Amino acid sequence: MRSICLYFQVHQPFRLRTYRFFNIGDDHHYYDDYQNRQIIRRVAEKCYLPANKMMLDLIREYGTAFKANFSVSGTALEQLQQYAPEVIQGFKQLAKTGCVEFLAETYSHSLASLGNREEFVRQVKRHSDTIELLFGQKPQTFHNSELIYSDGIGEMVTDMGFTSLMTEGAKHILGWKSPNYMYCSARNPKLKLLLRNFRLSDDIAFRFSTQGWPEWPLTAEKFTGWLNRIEPREEVVNVFIDYETIGERQWKETGIFEFFKALPKFVLSKSNFRFSTPAELTHILQPVAQLHVAHPISWADEERDLTSWLGNELQDEAFSKLYALTERIQTLDDPAIERDWQYLQTSDHFYYMCTKWFSDGTVHKYFNPYPSPYEAFINYMNVLSDFTIRVDEAIARKRTSGLKSKSKEQKEKAPKVVRKAPRTTTGKLIEEGHVKKLTTIKAAKTRAENARKAAVKTTKEEVAEKVFKSLNFDDIITLSDSKIKKIIKSIEIETVSAAMKGANKELREKVEKNLGKRALKTYKELLQQIKTISESEIKKSQKLIEKQIKLLTK
Amino acid sequence: MRVLMFGWEFPPHITGGLGTACFGLVKGLGKHGVDVIFVVPKAYGDEAEEGFRLVNASDMVLDFTKTIYQEHWNRIKFMEIGSNLVPYVGPEEFEKMVQEDSLKLSEETQSVFSERYQFSGKYGHKLMEEVSRYAIVASVIAEQTTYDVIHAHDWLTYAAGIAAKKVSGKPLVVHVHATEFDRSGENINQTVYELERQGMEEADLVITVSNLTRQIVIERYGIDSEKVITVHNAVEPTDRPELNEVTKHVHEKVVTFLGRVTFQKGPDYFIEAANKVLKKDPNVRFVMAGSGDLLNKMIRRAAQLHIGTKFHFTGFLNGPEVDTMFAMSDVYVMPSVSEPFGISPLEAMRSNVPVVISKQSGVSEVLKHALKVDFWDIDALADAIYGLLHYEGLKKMFIKYGKDEVDNLKWDSAAGKVLEVYQRAQTL
Repeated sequence: MRSICLYFQVHQPFRLRTYRFFNIGDDHHYYDDYQNRQIIRRVAEKCYLPANKMMLDLIREYGTAFKANFSVSGTALEQLQQYAPEVIQGFKQLAKTGCVEFLAETYSHSLASLGNREEFVRQVKRHSDTIELLFGQKPQTFHNSELIYSDGIGEMVTDMGFTSLMTEGAKHILGWKSPNYMYCSARNPKLKLLLRNFRLSDDIAFRFSTQGWPEWPLTAEKFTGWLNRIEPREEVVNVFIDYETIGERQWKETGIFEFFKALPKFVLSKSNFRFSTPAELTHILQPVAQLHVAHPISWADEERDLTSWLGNELQDEAFSKLYALTERIQTLDDPAIERDWQYLQTSDHFYYMCTKWFSDGTVHKYFNPYPSPYEAFINYMNVLSDFTIRVDEAIARKRTSGLKSKSKEQKEKAPKVVRKAPRTTTGKLIEEGHVKKLTTIKAAKTRAENARKAAVKTTKEEVAEKVFKSLNFDDIITLSDSKIKKIIKSIEIETVSAAMKGANKELREKVEKNLGKRALKTYKELLQQIKTISESEIKKSQKLIEKQIKLLTK
Repeated sequence: MRVLMFGWEFPPHITGGLGTACFGLVKGLGKHGVDVIFVVPKAYGDEAEEGFRLVNASDMVLDFTKTIYQEHWNRIKFMEIGSNLVPYVGPEEFEKMVQEDSLKLSEETQSVFSERYQFSGKYGHKLMEEVSRYAIVASVIAEQTTYDVIHAHDWLTYAAGIAAKKVSGKPLVVHVHATEFDRSGENINQTVYELERQGMEEADLVITVSNLTRQIVIERYGIDSEKVITVHNAVEPTDRPELNEVTKHVHEKVVTFLGRVTFQKGPDYFIEAANKVLKKDPNVRFVMAGSGDLLNKMIRRAAQLHIGTKFHFTGFLNGPEVDTMFAMSDVYVMPSVSEPFGISPLEAMRSNVPVVISKQSGVSEVLKHALKVDFWDIDALADAIYGLLHYEGLKKMFIKYGKDEVDNLKWDSAAGKVLEVYQRAQTL
């Protein structure tokens, strides 16, 4: 028996309203509520509701023989809850049948996997939690926004505990290989890779109603015939399409509903294929080979690369300005800021700035609410400017309130000192002495604080196993050589050298002596190469190492 | 192929974009092997004649005993009604034309029929007289030379084109660079409108500089859409490395409006947008370069808004000054209310200056790497200016793609399309 796996991506961004520069610093509402509501309602009526009903009917008719899988982004869920809660009800019903698997992704359908690791992890967790809460199942299979994948992303996903991932069966990655098998990551063979069969997927998603296409009209029977023609040894066909294909992109008049209604009948009776969920696949199948993906791939356009979202000057500026905020935002705990932070990361905003459609890409133009990428960029940057101001203000507020509480503490302690002072000095001197005393006491306090910290540091060594969670980068010095070796092994040498650039001599030596011969050589070369490196780059690498410490020393 | 072309001005003696466009077109046609005889009312002798013949209408000696001229005169006599709204009239030259009385009419007839008429070649007081006379001269030239197609640029020369067609029977192509609606809004001059309409009617084919203009020609002049073809203008490449050395002496970014300060160009929208930007960011300077009948009103408005220290007026700029102005600018704005084409944004982009243009301009049909706004949408205009001044990525994109885009808008290819029009006109 071979498998066909149907995946439906459900995603809606929070589209931005026309936000002028004179709104910056004044108006903090960024979204076109009217348009968002309209679109959600329209798509719900044309697609989500009738398609959900159809899926449910199919499951009722065929029982466990029919399976469908969904990936619903957090921003879509939020908007559905707001504008079309009956759609969520539909998904809940589907979830209850046990024939539907929900996949994990980033909460806001973002490019965080390319922007910031911690943010990426945070978003995936948030999405998984949301799915579990709503549909009662913890996602087992991960797929990244727009099926973006690389070895590095695979590694992060593995670290999060996923063992299977769905991505594009891009030709330039596969070469002569077929997408109709399960593969595994070359860097992390534990991670199983399921690949989208883009030809069969796009036949439905893009060509279904193209009358100029020789295969038009596409029927379930014809499609099953194609499945039968696939090499008998090949094991799985992954069809991954936008859910909106059903009824929205392909209108119901095109016969798209009839196609899906008839599909199980033909597949189950006229072929040796069965419907599966990705979780089932990972149990049934064995990876046939390892896949190397050095540069990120995606499911977009002919190139199957990132150029729909990143690469031109507009996209790169917006992206770097956005992710430059990550660290600042992580220190905050402000729900309004967190919400906008999520919504602004949605990949669609970057897609609107794509300049590729100047030459081709009618697809881009079709889904773009802006007349040109320039307008998309200006509008986004205006919003981001306001958002940045808010983040900075929130941080400043936090600092001053922190300072206030500190000075409050001091005030409480200060009277004791004052009381002591008059005993030793008199008259004018009292005042002077008072001031002097205060400063000496302050200095003493800082010394004491430092001493306390130092003490904590030394005791740390003893209770290291328990408190590793609070370990930071500089604490590497306190770790045993074997631990350090273990940590270094798990980290790319580039990261190690970048991090060491910002470390003190002692720490460097400690790490260097734990490097293997070959690693030490590359490490030295790298250190030579990176003459100038930004503070944030160093910080980033150190953070990565800290992460690793926490993971490995758990 | 040989073309008899009627124009009104020719570089370096130009007052509007018409002369520049004609020059580019004639050169482009030359590259396609088209032989052009270009007739202007007045030649100064220093025009660049590259591969074509420039004919000075002022040199023509006419024998007015010939009845044929009298006939022409009878046909075009109606033009002797004064017009107070003529194109490209600078304030110096602007003189309100008075309603002709019968006495004056006879005087004018006298002067038109003098043997050798000195054309001023300018737009202004005696414009209508010159237009009439030009038509008569045209018929003489038309008779004395051989050619395959007649090509007339804008309404001033349509009468000449018609006259030439009557004499020779050759196909006539009229080229609409602007219509009366672009120049005067809804308060059009009926005489000019009638002249334009007649030129388009009599023409075998009509070339418009944009689809915007094409629509006006079809809808407002009732011309059969079959015979109206759009050929977008182009721009001559320049190599002026010395401009790279132009330095501005203010540290603020400079946003420039450059053009006639008239209703058509939308200078008031520029001022209002400037005011909005300055409220948010006082670190910008705005320049309004050019002169026109709305200039004083604009100066008053800038004063009212208290933005005088950041908003500057230069008055009329000549060619080299225009180039320098572009070189000093960080953003160029063309908020035209109605612009059949609008070549100046292309000149700005050629100097690596990003542009904001109104959607109501023909040039917006051919430009991708420009910000386009509705002329009346001051918020959008201000936002576009602010974006260009503050977000580096935008500027980078414009510098990367804008110049290439303009360099690809070549007169060669525009001339190729014009040649196709000629060929089609010959088969009609």
